[in-house]
Amino acid sequence: MDVEILSRIQFAFTISFHYIYPPLSIGLGLCMVIMEGLYLKTGQKIYEDMTRFFTRIFALIFGIGVATGIVMEFEFGTNWATYSKYVGDVFGSALAAEGIFAFALESGFLGVLLFGWNKVSPRVHFFATIMVTLGSMFSAIWIVVANSWQQTPAGFHIVGEGLEARAEIINFWEMVFNPSSLERITHVWIGAFLSGAFLVTSIAAWYIRHGKHLEFSRKAFKIGLSVALICSYVQLFVGHKSAEVVAEYQPAKLAAMEGHFEENSKADMYLFGWVNKQQETTKGVAIPGGLSFLIHYNFTEPVKGLRAFAPEDRPGNPNLVFQTYHLMIACGMAMILLTSLAAWYWRKGVLFDKTWMMKVFVWAVLLPQLANQAGWFAAETGRQPWVVYGLLRTSDALSASVKANQVLFSLVLFSLVYALLLTLFLYLLNKKIVHGPAAHKEEMHSPQLEEMAERFDTR
Amino acid sequence: MPTFLGLDYPTLWFLVIGACFTGYAILDGFDLGAGAVHLFFNKEESRRIALNAIGPVWDGNEVWLVIGGGALFAGFPKVYAAVFSAFYIPFMIFLVALIFRAISIEFRSKEPMIWWRKFWDVSYCISSIAIALALGLVLGNILQGLPMDKDGNFLENWTYFLNPYAGMVAISTLALFMMHGAIYLVMKTEKRLYTKLTIIVKNTTIFFVISVLLLSFYTLLYKTHLSERIKENTWMFIIPVVMVLAIANIARRTSQQKYRLAFLSSAVVISLLLVIVAVELYPYMVPNSLNPQYGLTVHNASSSAKSLGIMLVFAAIGVPLVAIYTSFVFWTFKGKVKLDEMSY
Repeated sequence: MDVEILSRIQFAFTISFHYIYPPLSIGLGLCMVIMEGLYLKTGQKIYEDMTRFFTRIFALIFGIGVATGIVMEFEFGTNWATYSKYVGDVFGSALAAEGIFAFALESGFLGVLLFGWNKVSPRVHFFATIMVTLGSMFSAIWIVVANSWQQTPAGFHIVGEGLEARAEIINFWEMVFNPSSLERITHVWIGAFLSGAFLVTSIAAWYIRHGKHLEFSRKAFKIGLSVALICSYVQLFVGHKSAEVVAEYQPAKLAAMEGHFEENSKADMYLFGWVNKQQETTKGVAIPGGLSFLIHYNFTEPVKGLRAFAPEDRPGNPNLVFQTYHLMIACGMAMILLTSLAAWYWRKGVLFDKTWMMKVFVWAVLLPQLANQAGWFAAETGRQPWVVYGLLRTSDALSASVKANQVLFSLVLFSLVYALLLTLFLYLLNKKIVHGPAAHKEEMHSPQLEEMAERFDTR
Repeated sequence: MPTFLGLDYPTLWFLVIGACFTGYAILDGFDLGAGAVHLFFNKEESRRIALNAIGPVWDGNEVWLVIGGGALFAGFPKVYAAVFSAFYIPFMIFLVALIFRAISIEFRSKEPMIWWRKFWDVSYCISSIAIALALGLVLGNILQGLPMDKDGNFLENWTYFLNPYAGMVAISTLALFMMHGAIYLVMKTEKRLYTKLTIIVKNTTIFFVISVLLLSFYTLLYKTHLSERIKENTWMFIIPVVMVLAIANIARRTSQQKYRLAFLSSAVVISLLLVIVAVELYPYMVPNSLNPQYGLTVHNASSSAKSLGIMLVFAAIGVPLVAIYTSFVFWTFKGKVKLDEMSY
């Protein structure tokens, strides 16, 4: 394999792994703000227990998020040096803003959130929780701004030619509010809220299924469900807005998402299907003219198909774009159905008697995760063959001095380390959940631990 | 090129990045140092206290690396691209070490098994040492210049980085952080652990003084280009002189058991070492060892004045904000470490 494919695999792998955690932090952070807010408002200890319990889970998620996030910042330079030189003037400022305005905020207040329970007043602690959540949301803003600039570049001009060419900023706010920024930031935020909310409902549903901590988990479930219900509907609207932007600015990506080849004809919307790149056909079950309607509110309005683009300017793997895009939508629809049904049972007062529903919710935590991952795969593979849309090809963006065997080495290294990380994460997450919301106080002075400490010292 | 206070924007941004990395070295430096001396404590409680001494702050300290990296990417894309792609293998190992440091702190106290805790203790210590060594290795090689073509592409294999001078810089960095971290820990502990740490402070200070002396002599004798500017501008001798005084002050303050002041002195030593690096390199950021005219300077590698101007505004707004809440966090956790149910 050559450097390009290895570097792409490495970037895709490390970013996908990283992206398990930040959305969870953002969404769980929001739920914790609600829980701690309820505690301050009502003074009920159960909400304090809830906040403390989810803070312990949050710590685990946040820790892995930070550890795997720094890798991303380095990889631009290590594997994509030409890209870095090309975009540094524009992209770098968004990344620097992320560091100083967002990451510093969340990491700074994280210490107070995790360890400050007995050091600061409840109000100050609540403030720290809000700051950490806001910080993680600001982080998302700047990172998505940077990525959106790659999708729909704006506010820059090109200086130099050939190998020397690079983008220079001319208008900062035009760069920040490039045509796809706002739609994509909200899309990412809502996706993150869904991840966190479904984690809360999943844990709560597991307790309910096992008849544990019932009062606690019912309250937590309702908080999670409320957030999830609202967000899954909002996401339908926000996602649609995002698709409209793709239609306007990245027509080749849109065509790949729906497997639409014909140069300029009405386009169908597939429920599911299979794209054959060689024969340039898509087979599956489709709503005739569905895509035309979605974009132009008219079933017969033509939409640009993949054949309208030179073969070298089309996404290299349209079927992957198609499948991941449809997987995302399927997950989104499933979340709407599930939360609506649950809300209906809640209204009727029978929600927690539906054992099958609780069973589904335990596993439903995977839905937003799948949707987030699939959505990003569609967005990034749909942008190909460009790394900066229409300006810089992915194949031209590599590091000239890095060899294939070096990338292979790091790819293997990251695979091993991340496999270990995921195993430990799931193991410790499971342990914390099984342990439940009870404070660790008794455990700290337990005889076993003291005995362990003694044996530790004598060895 | 627009200027501010008589300095052009690239030079200003060079100073901002220098300040970020200095902040990183001072703040994460004590975390890394604490990690490097971790295995000297053999009691379970001591190790937990040492871990919790950096517990609430290490993550915020690491932010300075992220900010510095982002600022380098934004301000000097060519330097960022050249350095990160050249040091591919060392940086990959550095990243893995950063991950292991983070998860060792995070996971160690989550399980009561002795093998579990000992494993993470060792992993914490080794990864902290590896991070310090990797940083020193990169710095040591940049100081000597890299063999690059005119586009800033590194022309050698990664084994090129393993040379005696870079090794000496790496060891000195480790020694510096160990001393710095030990002094930090001594401020945060009491009783027997405190007594033990006072000895570690003494030994690491000796280790640092020896390594920095060797490094200085080696630099003066064999890397003469790295002392030219100070030799030509005699007033600049004040920098190394103040540094020597600060090192002496560390010894004086530790013997008086005034560790807060000793810690300040060691922060001053770190800052001045980096000031010397900046003074000797400027205007170069990465000298070219094959052909000096292809070296990357603050001027030929910088972003546009427009971009730098925007980011100087960021820095002007952001840095005071970060300073305010960093101080708030440090103030919240001031004093000796007490373990409670939320501790690591």
